[in-house]
Amino acid sequence: MAHAHKLEILRGLVKFKSNTQKIWGVLILLTIVTTVEVVLGIYKPEVLMGHIIGMKILNWIFIILTIVKAYYITWDFMHMRDETAALRRMVVWTAIFLICYLIFILLQEGGYIESVYSNGYIKRDF
Amino acid sequence: MDTTVVNTGTEGKTWGGGNEPLKASYGKMMMWFFIVSDALTFSGFLAAYGFSRFKFIGSWPIADEVFTHVPFFHGNYPMIYVAFMTFVLIMSSVTMVLAVDAGHHMNKAKVTFYMFLTIIGGLIFVGSQAWEWSTFIKGDYGAVQTKGGNILQFVDTDGKRVALRDFVVAEEKDRTAHESKNGLWFVSEGTLPTYTVDEVVAGLVANENILVRTQEINEHGEKTVLDRGASLQQLKVNGKVVVEGANLHVNEYGSPLFADFFFFITGFHGFHVFSGVVINIIIFFNVILGTYERRKSYEMVEKVGLYWHFVDLVWVFVFTFFYLV
Repeated sequence: MAHAHKLEILRGLVKFKSNTQKIWGVLILLTIVTTVEVVLGIYKPEVLMGHIIGMKILNWIFIILTIVKAYYITWDFMHMRDETAALRRMVVWTAIFLICYLIFILLQEGGYIESVYSNGYIKRDF
Repeated sequence: MDTTVVNTGTEGKTWGGGNEPLKASYGKMMMWFFIVSDALTFSGFLAAYGFSRFKFIGSWPIADEVFTHVPFFHGNYPMIYVAFMTFVLIMSSVTMVLAVDAGHHMNKAKVTFYMFLTIIGGLIFVGSQAWEWSTFIKGDYGAVQTKGGNILQFVDTDGKRVALRDFVVAEEKDRTAHESKNGLWFVSEGTLPTYTVDEVVAGLVANENILVRTQEINEHGEKTVLDRGASLQQLKVNGKVVVEGANLHVNEYGSPLFADFFFFITGFHGFHVFSGVVINIIIFFNVILGTYERRKSYEMVEKVGLYWHFVDLVWVFVFTFFYLV
């Protein structure tokens, strides 16, 4: 099996000589991202406590960093970078579309039910 | 003379058959499609968690106060252990991808070695999760549940958490736990809490410096602490059950739904890790036996690798939504 690996990450900013080296490079990247998340999670800087679009800035940062990690796990560990564009799109966009739909429905309705509570129409848990 | 037409004259053309437009084998493609469907299952769970959290946005437990333990160390270390677990899982993903890479070079010794490390990483992770579960089930400070199902916790005047065992004195009790051997055999009862609500009330009355903390989150993002008068009032009027630890019905950290989702989602993920480890072990032995050497392809390692990375991928999201956000 002749496997041609694409050996650059961060849009060509970092280039690796071999596939093994790229794997370690991605590990370092993931470790840095996780460390940043954990440090932010422990110290919770006051600056990041403001709200943007209904959520704390800190939480937005967490979610974005998570998606960054997910991208590198899929693209480099699962070799999505080396698959054909058709397979990649089939897997990724299907998942993204359906997940966005799920999240929208459930969070929207959760917010509505919370408002029923806080407006005092219903006190009891249901 | 041939009786069947073997050649259609369209070989090599788009519709001549035998094309592989995705340039991936059947098995690998099916693994990808399984992963997509499994990803949807997990997002369903996590979105349901989000739903419940939005429903109780003003009183949801704060994860930093729940997961604060590290094995062999006493004290308050939020996040440290989960960060360690995350790192273990990412590391085992790395050894897995190294095994896949060694497989591409048909290097049996290296594949064996890296598969072995991957299995060890998986076992450490599952073990850590079991420990985390047992700590969560056992609980830490104890709390009192009100008639309305809310949780009252106890803090001192500096806002530091106080455990029930530090200020409540257990008295002689008449009530014993029901056992099926000396009662109704088809009825069972869990362990009785160490203290009764009356004992907790007596303890609170006797200790001037202890206050009640409700699960409502105030504008500073912290749980509301009642003043002394309100503390006594609240506990005496509404206190119903003493809760120690968490199970599917009650949860000393706050909303029982938090515990339900914790058990369900991390349990489902843990089960994935467990089955991943089992599959990895099977493949590991196949590698040792030389099955893939004879097959002249280590693609099987790549396929289980996909599954294993997916487990890691899910954990990254569970980590964010359970422990960080």
